[in-house]
Amino acid sequence: MGFVRLFDIRQPRRGGLGPGDLVALVTLAVLLYGGVHLALDAPRRIDGPDISLAPGALPWYASLSLARMAAAYLLSILFTFACGSLAASSRTAERFLLPALDVLQSVPILSFLPVVLLSFSAVLPQGVAAELASIVLIFTSQVWNLTFAWYQSLTTIPTELREASAIFRLGRWMRFRVLELPFAAITLLWNSMMSWAGGWFFLMAAEIFTVGERDFRLPGLGSYLKEAARQGDLSATLWGLGTLVLLITVLDQLVWRPLVAWADRFKLESVGGETPATSWALRAAKRSLAVDWLRNRIVRPMLERLDAALIARHSAEDRLDGGVTRRSRRLWLLGVGAGLLLAYGAVRAAMLLSLVPTAEWASLVPALAATLGRVLAALVIAVLWTVPVGVWIGSRPRVAAAMQPMVQVAASVPATALFPVLVSALLHMPGGLSAAAIGLMLLGTQWYLLFNVIAGTTAIPRDLQYTTALLQFGPVDRWRTLLLPALLPYLVTGALTAAGGAWNASIVAEYVEFGGQSVHTVGVGARIAEATAAGDYPLLLAATLTMVLTVVAFNRLLWRRLYRVAEARFRID
Amino acid sequence: MTNRNGTLVELRRVSQRYQSGERTFTALREIDLSIREGEFVGLLGPSGCGKSTLLRIITGLQASTDGQVLYRGSPLRGINPHAAIVFQTMALFPWLTVQQNVEIALKARGVPREERATRAVALLDKVGLDGFESAYPRELSGGMRQKVGFARAMAVEPELLCLDEPFSALDVLSADTLRAELLELWTSGAIPTRAILLVTHNIEEAVFLADRVIVMEKDPGRVVSELPIELPHPRHRRSPEFASVVDRVYGLLAGQTQPEHVELGTAPGEPGRTRALPHITINDLSGLLEHLAGLPRSEADLYRIASELKIDSDHLLRLAEAAELLGFATIARGDIALTPLGETFADASILARKEIFASRTRRLPIYRWLSALLQAADRQQLKAGVIQRALEIEFPPAEAARQLDTLVSWGRYAELLGYDDSSELISLESAVSGDGGAATAQSRP
Repeated sequence: MGFVRLFDIRQPRRGGLGPGDLVALVTLAVLLYGGVHLALDAPRRIDGPDISLAPGALPWYASLSLARMAAAYLLSILFTFACGSLAASSRTAERFLLPALDVLQSVPILSFLPVVLLSFSAVLPQGVAAELASIVLIFTSQVWNLTFAWYQSLTTIPTELREASAIFRLGRWMRFRVLELPFAAITLLWNSMMSWAGGWFFLMAAEIFTVGERDFRLPGLGSYLKEAARQGDLSATLWGLGTLVLLITVLDQLVWRPLVAWADRFKLESVGGETPATSWALRAAKRSLAVDWLRNRIVRPMLERLDAALIARHSAEDRLDGGVTRRSRRLWLLGVGAGLLLAYGAVRAAMLLSLVPTAEWASLVPALAATLGRVLAALVIAVLWTVPVGVWIGSRPRVAAAMQPMVQVAASVPATALFPVLVSALLHMPGGLSAAAIGLMLLGTQWYLLFNVIAGTTAIPRDLQYTTALLQFGPVDRWRTLLLPALLPYLVTGALTAAGGAWNASIVAEYVEFGGQSVHTVGVGARIAEATAAGDYPLLLAATLTMVLTVVAFNRLLWRRLYRVAEARFRID
Repeated sequence: MTNRNGTLVELRRVSQRYQSGERTFTALREIDLSIREGEFVGLLGPSGCGKSTLLRIITGLQASTDGQVLYRGSPLRGINPHAAIVFQTMALFPWLTVQQNVEIALKARGVPREERATRAVALLDKVGLDGFESAYPRELSGGMRQKVGFARAMAVEPELLCLDEPFSALDVLSADTLRAELLELWTSGAIPTRAILLVTHNIEEAVFLADRVIVMEKDPGRVVSELPIELPHPRHRRSPEFASVVDRVYGLLAGQTQPEHVELGTAPGEPGRTRALPHITINDLSGLLEHLAGLPRSEADLYRIASELKIDSDHLLRLAEAAELLGFATIARGDIALTPLGETFADASILARKEIFASRTRRLPIYRWLSALLQAADRQQLKAGVIQRALEIEFPPAEAARQLDTLVSWGRYAELLGYDDSSELISLESAVSGDGGAATAQSRP
């Protein structure tokens, strides 16, 4: 179940760039401009925290990292309920929110890190600025898929369940609690797991970010690992990595697995053959008297009171679609205001961009090409090894079952945590950082592909496998007529996610602080980092925007199309 | 509350229209209808006649575009608090236990916890589900699940109980049992419900349960007749009186074979109504014709065929409509008879059948229209989407898509049309693009 469910994200069926996308992109540009504008006042020199390498400090660092993740996740959930519900209940909101979410989902979030860090440290005290920036960054990496999942599940609730809720007069609160939340529970949960996995990547990046004179590091597991790598302290590195893996495993075993097993009850119907998720922690909790007491004496009565209070406050609406017209008029006013603000911001952003000399713009082209080349190279290498390995694992159910926890742990270790450790090794290889950056990108992206290939292989119906065996297909024919076509939708999905990850990684992979000096190579990621270090704000805006536009364009014009073709022609349902 | 003439619900010229682009489609046209206290009303009609929409208008889940809905003499605003629905899909919350599913309706009305539990348990007991209070819906059979649906609806003690095809998702035995139990609860006065409205496309079911049957037709949805059913309860399906009532209802629903120009309708875009193709597969149609051919005099009661072929009446009526449209059968007073052409078809070989079918399909105005469109097109082919949009001149989008599906599947069988799934192109089969057509079957290797 894990392999299939976790990574089988259906993409929206739209393709190309629409007016909604344009609005979203301009908004992004204006927001970036706002950030850059604030950043003008950012202090020239920022001193990072001192990181202790004593293993005893690790629990403290781990809890700091965990707290940042939890704060960002909480924000994400709140945003999800508010925004997703709005999009599902108002046509007008839907028209703007969906393309916005869609663009934001495909934007390389990490490219915003410098702008966010700089602007926050201009207006906030240093410690708070970096903390908030990291939380905002993790939030922006976690929230979009959650919001989409919530919106999608709100719009796919069976009509008759909605009608039943209306005819039996469930008010706003009861509908949320009895209908909407349970209906969305499973997809929200899986998306939360994905969000957390992605969040670690950004947390580590945020915790270790340093450019030039500005040290934005935060005390946490990421900075611990970086400090250990800088000092060449192997045992500290191992301690740090061990703690990270332990933390992720504990979360998996004590939080996610029990939740997944518990959420089984929210399945709309039981599908035979699928083994239900199990969790030893959940079983233990069910047997525990303390938990039982807590549930019967504290949780149940409190929920009952809460329900009673909220039912009294929100009496049932008399219509299924109550209040939409009134709300959308207010939205329109809001929209007009936002539009004006946007137009003003766009003009200012354009003015700032006009300060970038033509030569600099021209220099962005080879940089973009170099990064694109690396992203593609990382993808090709990943495809080359994951397809045969994934098919091998996927066609052996017992191996797949045995490998799943291992692969999952390996995949959940954020690549950014390993960067500092690996950079020293990779730098001395032929090609220097330019080649090393490919390796670093590969590190973060290959898992998406591997998972998808395994999922795709296990999804091939047995009948078809038997048929190819009976027809005595040779290996070439077997790959050509069965495996590759069947894997294509999964490969495209995996590659889409992997490419996104690789673009993100370029920010931290193309520009490295190592042994007290900065090493960089040609690339957009490096340009963004350099502009941050040098305080060249027009260039920072230009480079970030270039990257965002390129990735969004690639997504829409290439991946989306490939995805639709693959879905329409090769999906086996 | 005043109780004017004992009338619970009254509909006055209720219409429902949908706007799709520039065209308006009428789902319901000027429905007048009333439900009196103490009455069990059956609302009967083919799928697509808007009977479920009507139920939603009566309960206030949906507002009608025109007309008035009165409840106990005063206009209904919003959801009717005195109504409850039992849904076709049961619409139970799968994550709540049986008891919680019944309780939730009471909880929403602010009934305190202890009372809620007592009432829910008592109701579950009444419908024969004691012992299953803590089970989840998925652990129950379809019939038991629908009992929970009934218990939930009765928990709120509705004056008007609406049943939206509650038995159609159940197996035959459970449906029979549940119908009998419902009738028992209703006739014994064990529930405070004042009137029941049953929406169904199952003729026998309506005749078995209702005191009065309202028959609806589609295109546009309208009431065509009403029939009081005065058979005393319990009714026996095998009794000749029962069969004669069912036969009469079939006669009302299946209509009569019309003169050809009325029967076929007009092409899309031309004045007059375009006849929608019944959505059926050629396989099922052949099955029906073969069955008829095997009967003495090649004719039969529609009612009898439904039970012999074990298909539901709705499906059978669609097949009969197709047979009639293609000139394979004639229908009169609930009886269907094969025409000589129908007999020839039933006896023919696969290739000959295709030929007959092709020659009959070519006569249909909607097909002639499509064929003219394709002939005028570049390389005699068009994207399916283009044709669908053209069909949307006559039909609502969902129906246009269904019509296109049916056109393509009939055209493919007749080897008149080609369809390429990956390019979504519909084309004329070149061998028959002229007006000949006799060479259809032979031209294929």
